[in-house]
Amino acid sequence: MALNQNQAVKFNHKHLLGIQYLSIPEVNLILDESLAFVELNRQENKKLKILNGKTQINLFFENSTRTLSSFELAGKRLGADVMNMNVVNSSIKKGETLIDTAMTLNAMHPDILVIRHQDSGAANLLSQKVNCSVINAGDGRREHPTQALLDAMTIKMKKGKIEGLRVAICGDIMHSRVARSNIYLLNMLGAEVRVIGPSTLMPKHIEAFGVKAFTNMEKGLEGSDIIMMLRMQTERMDGSYVPSTREYYEFFALDYKKIKNAKPDALIMHPGPMNRGIEIDTNLADDINRSIIVQQVEMGVAVRMAVLKILMENNK
Amino acid sequence: MKKQCILNTRIIDPANNIDEIGGILINDKGRIEAVGSKVTKGNVSDAEIYDCKNKVAIPGIIDMRVFVGEPGFEYKENFRTLSQAALSGGVTAVATMPNTIPVIDNVSTLDFVKRRSRDKSIIKVFPLATLTKNAEGNDMTEFGLLKLRGAWGFTDGVSCIQNNKVMDQIFNYGKNTDVLIIQFAQDNFLSENGVVNDGLLATKLGLKGIPEIAEQIIIERDLRLLEQYKTKYHIALISSKKSIDLIKSAKEKGIKFTVGVSINNLSLNDNDIGDFRTFLKLSPPLRSEEDRLALIQAVNDGIIDVIVSDHKPEDEESKRLTFQQATTGASGIETLLPLALELVHNNHCDLNTVIKKLTSNPAKILGVRNGTLSVGGEADIAIFDLEKPWVLKKENIQSKSKNTAIENRKLQGKVEKTFINGKLVFNN
Repeated sequence: MALNQNQAVKFNHKHLLGIQYLSIPEVNLILDESLAFVELNRQENKKLKILNGKTQINLFFENSTRTLSSFELAGKRLGADVMNMNVVNSSIKKGETLIDTAMTLNAMHPDILVIRHQDSGAANLLSQKVNCSVINAGDGRREHPTQALLDAMTIKMKKGKIEGLRVAICGDIMHSRVARSNIYLLNMLGAEVRVIGPSTLMPKHIEAFGVKAFTNMEKGLEGSDIIMMLRMQTERMDGSYVPSTREYYEFFALDYKKIKNAKPDALIMHPGPMNRGIEIDTNLADDINRSIIVQQVEMGVAVRMAVLKILMENNK
Repeated sequence: MKKQCILNTRIIDPANNIDEIGGILINDKGRIEAVGSKVTKGNVSDAEIYDCKNKVAIPGIIDMRVFVGEPGFEYKENFRTLSQAALSGGVTAVATMPNTIPVIDNVSTLDFVKRRSRDKSIIKVFPLATLTKNAEGNDMTEFGLLKLRGAWGFTDGVSCIQNNKVMDQIFNYGKNTDVLIIQFAQDNFLSENGVVNDGLLATKLGLKGIPEIAEQIIIERDLRLLEQYKTKYHIALISSKKSIDLIKSAKEKGIKFTVGVSINNLSLNDNDIGDFRTFLKLSPPLRSEEDRLALIQAVNDGIIDVIVSDHKPEDEESKRLTFQQATTGASGIETLLPLALELVHNNHCDLNTVIKKLTSNPAKILGVRNGTLSVGGEADIAIFDLEKPWVLKKENIQSKSKNTAIENRKLQGKVEKTFINGKLVFNN
């Protein structure tokens, strides 16, 4: 029934720039499509021909291992020709503007551009200048839509639903695009979202996003079904937001003691890469009864395949 | 030169408390001979007549914060293009900012600006020099010599003096040399890497914010120093409600200083930035609607003395970047008056109040004789149609750079004629 409804849903975007631009039916469409790909990815033959003849360029201005490989694999499994452009150390960094890069790549007639950039809004800017579909793989502090979608997918698989769950997002909320995309998406799907972190890492007016903010981890975790830990993004901090890692660990890292405040069956997520011993106790991170971090990675490929497929069908 | 006469127009001259229908007679030297209802067709038969029925005549606007590209940024704006843009907006004089390459921090670069403007500019130019060498905030420039050679005021322009000791010396020596000190109030540490108002929008767009306190803290410090030295002091731009409260109580205490605001902060708020419109990346940043309304109120209450365009032409390449990387500033000299008139049409401000903050007040602060229609004064006059509706189109922008913050905005009120020294230099 739900599936039939979704088939009637038109995905009304050429690009995937952020969760904030999506409607609930559109999100559900992506999640339903992803489900099929989860099955496929578990089979021996994982290769489809849906994107045969299509060119996908992964344009990464920031270092990334898991998102980049996840997008690469997703494209390849659907049959696309995938090219990775790691521009962290290339000429583009030495003065060529993003728009010049976009124009150059555009001339090569790609069908999909996946972009990660350190500046908020970079994917939006790029999408205005190229003819192909643009997927935002993380722009500054703003959005990381496929991460939120894969997180939602993981929660759905593990808990069977999202609506009514209490999700606590913990850590460096201020600098986190993962937090922002997840707040948009989980709110949309009816979860109760909390954010927890030191006040120096809490963005202004975050309550306006429909979340409850806590600066005390124990209180914030109370009754949580899902605990989403964020990476302490030291590379994006321009100053001293917290006095030391050991102080941070004491008050904001997730360990066996603090997790007692959450529901007994609460699950732990992390977008990776983890800083073991900084934001999470290393044993807890590997606890198979608690941690669903590995499942997140698995869902990542499926969700990205779904996004690629939907955008390409849309562009026909 | 033949005598000129503007007739049947509404004359607004705040310096002389004039708001009446009448005429302005300009003598053969380009100076004002007579003003008011007594100037009629009957007694000016030997003059060139401009019938300006249903129009408004005001003293030419004096824009106290204008960036011209000479020297160093000629590709963004030169004196000729600046003049064209200014005249189409009724601006007849500007104070030019010293943030050029090289910086206007010594008599020879000041002399360059004076000579270039003399040769190329139609509008009057009152150059400002920096407070510190290379605008670095460390060592004072030659206030005395620069003043002698024609610097009308001192400011580091886009940057703010951070060092308290240096600022103390500037106030001290500035009093000694009797110069005007203009501060762009923004603490560097608090605003580091900030690009928008530090509020909900910053969180939504994932951009680093500039908190109001960055402005407030500098104003607070400067006012303490000012209390001690009583130097001529002007705050270039304020952007937030909190600054207003601070200024209000200082003015009530009797501390003498003046305050400016950018027309951008009176006409736009941070929500106008939408999805990363870099043309609205400004300094100080656009703030909340509450701040905007408070600034308008402060204009009415006399807490703000001057409205400026903060005209900062930037080429497209500087703006076609991510919001973080894009340059700040908007071209706006030609829309200063129309946007100010918008405040009048929206019943936010009284027409006379607005005109005062564009003409006689900046003149007083700079210490120039312009900005009035006084008999004997230079006949710099702008004539506009208060009601005329129009839309700002990029292709009609006169400035060399088209980075307007208000593209396609519907405006009401347009300049039709601009006179400088009695000469009709713009006629639309």
